[in-house]
Amino acid sequence: MQTVEPVLACAPLPNVKEQGRFSPYTNNGGTVIAVAGKDFCVIAGDTRMSEGYSITSRNVSKVIQLTSKCVLASSGMQADIATLHKLLLIRLEQYKHQNGREMSTTSIAQLLGNTLYGKRFFPYYTFNVLGGVDDKGVGCAYSYDAVGSFERTPYSSSGTGQQLVQPLLDNQVAKKHQPNVLKVDVSAKEVEEFVRDAMTSAGERDIYTGDHVEVKTVTANGVVHQRFDLKFD
Amino acid sequence: MFRSDYDSDISIWSPQGRIHQIEYAMEAVKQGSASVGLKSKTHAVVAAVKRASSELGSNQQKVFRIDDHLAISMSGLTADGRVLTKYLRNECLNHKFVYEQPMPVSKLVVQLADKSQVHTQQSGRRPYGVGLLVIGYDENGPHLYETSPSGNYYDYKAQAIGNRFQSARTYLEKTYETFDDATPEELIRHSLLALRETVQTSSSSSSSTPNEGITSKNAVVAIVGRDQKLTIYENEELIPFLAGIETSGAAAGENTATSMEE
Amino acid sequence: MDSSYGLDLNKPLYDGRYSWFDHSKFGGTVYEPKPNDPSTRTTDPIVTGTSVLAVKYKGGVAIAADTLLSYGSLARFRDIRRIHKLNEHTIIGSSGEYSDFQYITRMLDDVVTDNHIADNNLQPMDPKSIFSYLSRVMYQRRNKQDPLYNNIVVAGYRNGESFLGSVDLLGTHYQDDHIATGFGDHIARPLLRNAYKPDLTKEEAVKLLEKCLTVLFYRDARAYYRVQICTIGEDGVNIAEPQVLQTDWSVGNVTYGYDGRRTALPQA
Repeated sequence: MQTVEPVLACAPLPNVKEQGRFSPYTNNGGTVIAVAGKDFCVIAGDTRMSEGYSITSRNVSKVIQLTSKCVLASSGMQADIATLHKLLLIRLEQYKHQNGREMSTTSIAQLLGNTLYGKRFFPYYTFNVLGGVDDKGVGCAYSYDAVGSFERTPYSSSGTGQQLVQPLLDNQVAKKHQPNVLKVDVSAKEVEEFVRDAMTSAGERDIYTGDHVEVKTVTANGVVHQRFDLKFD
Repeated sequence: MFRSDYDSDISIWSPQGRIHQIEYAMEAVKQGSASVGLKSKTHAVVAAVKRASSELGSNQQKVFRIDDHLAISMSGLTADGRVLTKYLRNECLNHKFVYEQPMPVSKLVVQLADKSQVHTQQSGRRPYGVGLLVIGYDENGPHLYETSPSGNYYDYKAQAIGNRFQSARTYLEKTYETFDDATPEELIRHSLLALRETVQTSSSSSSSTPNEGITSKNAVVAIVGRDQKLTIYENEELIPFLAGIETSGAAAGENTATSMEE
Repeated sequence: MDSSYGLDLNKPLYDGRYSWFDHSKFGGTVYEPKPNDPSTRTTDPIVTGTSVLAVKYKGGVAIAADTLLSYGSLARFRDIRRIHKLNEHTIIGSSGEYSDFQYITRMLDDVVTDNHIADNNLQPMDPKSIFSYLSRVMYQRRNKQDPLYNNIVVAGYRNGESFLGSVDLLGTHYQDDHIATGFGDHIARPLLRNAYKPDLTKEEAVKLLEKCLTVLFYRDARAYYRVQICTIGEDGVNIAEPQVLQTDWSVGNVTYGYDGRRTALPQA
């Protein structure tokens, strides 16, 4: 009878055990978008939470309503996002106690920038888009980096699907590379549909984006919430 | 008041087993305009008289929102009361941050009483000169508490503190049995009627400013309860509740003008 | 024939953690801290429990874990309870460093008692509140670069409502209908996803977890056949005594390269 050498089922383990080093950061993935219109803003985010190649949960919200005129969406590390959101809600409540009214969206934009910069040397691993209507009732969106640099923009996206979604926004919202196309005012309904399509596209190609989308539309009259399904795979 | 050999420090007992400084602080509560609180099975209400230093000045703030489910009305030194307001608001926010649940009313009141107690035992400190009526609604239903400078706190069905509180308390003692099943509107009305007992009538007034009883200008009401976030009624918002109360400002009571400012 | 199966026998088997074991006398090396090394806290877990599984059912939550604590690849302690009751409404289960879990249970027992006393109406603490509190603690410890090396599952039932949540060493937290930590997230979670439905009965849930634990025991080298399957729900808390999983290894006899007995492919 012929004998065969046993073969190891996996590659041999490294002989020297690596000194484990704790990393305080992880990226739980996800895509967020904000598109401002004339008198409204649409803010969206998916609800998938991942850890490496595992989907840990299909229903974790990234989008939070801060005031009746302002919504924040954040991707990145879930623990940091949750902490940042809670902290902002507290700061806004304190502002309400002191001033007897809600903080304006423009002020919240600055507050978020300061809050992020406050942890400049141990940053919140969060990528934020902020949207709403300002004091004049004009739709606005803000884009941030993790340490608090920010700018007001007509539209913005962040997260693992940013590379897929941002060119789409450039082309369809800002009409970039379409020299013969005029920019016209679009309705909130049209923007909602477009944002939904953009999230669906991200869900097609980005493994960290999927499950559901939460879409919040802000107008001077308040916030309307919608929810759609994305791919479940 | 009487002077005593044993009343100059918070950490000195009198031979009778009393600490005079604490009792003096309790007197400060009575100098402030009255606050009234009462509750039904589902709601809790506080009301207060807002004094004005003169015709030209605004009325003081008496009722403070602590959270969506909590409010206080203060009698005594308003400046001390504002410090406590800040503390209470902070505790509520901290609790929400850590437990993702609104602060239970009883827990908050115990913490506040413990804080007040510290100021009755450490030398070099002065007790808070303010009494609070705390209303709130939580898992266990509506609540009404009184806290005092001594660090004592009491759970009540109905209670009044501040200037001429005894008149309001008499009203509450006469009517409290109907409170349990009262509607929110009825509770507010009772609170204003009780409050009316604490202000003098214009006919018997000897103070510099004639007193016009309870009006939409000098009263404030806060209510919280089941399915109702804290709501504060002031000025015009108060007018519907004052129908029939404003005009008949004939409160039974003697003529004691208090000139002491809060 | 190489009988060492890829292990380098010239290297020490242990990595310096047995302090009474002098590696240098046996040709091994021990890491000696140098003066300018950065200070570190726990850099990796030592005595660990593997997966915790949990699933909601109609009227409660079932949660399960085996009773093994591993020391690296050594099966160090074989009858340890990794599921702990906090109050009438809440139980927690832990994977990861067991000493950290002991610290957490002591801390949460204190918190639950303190809050119970602080509330005049003597209501036991809400599982949601305990979960939130624990999340804050885990997150603050990661901020201090001194994490509690666990993934904790919180299961609860209060006022007719089921609760199921998970927190890890970074403070990452979420609630779901079913949860599996560690290796279980890869092996058991797909099974749970397939089998889960909102009207699962308690018996079905327990059966489902038992099946998942068995599959895990087959494939997770750090899993064990002594397990606890506990429930919390309408009928209160039930911290079950360990039971033994029924396993079938007969497939091994026809598996090539299984335990060295069969070294050749079966002839066709």
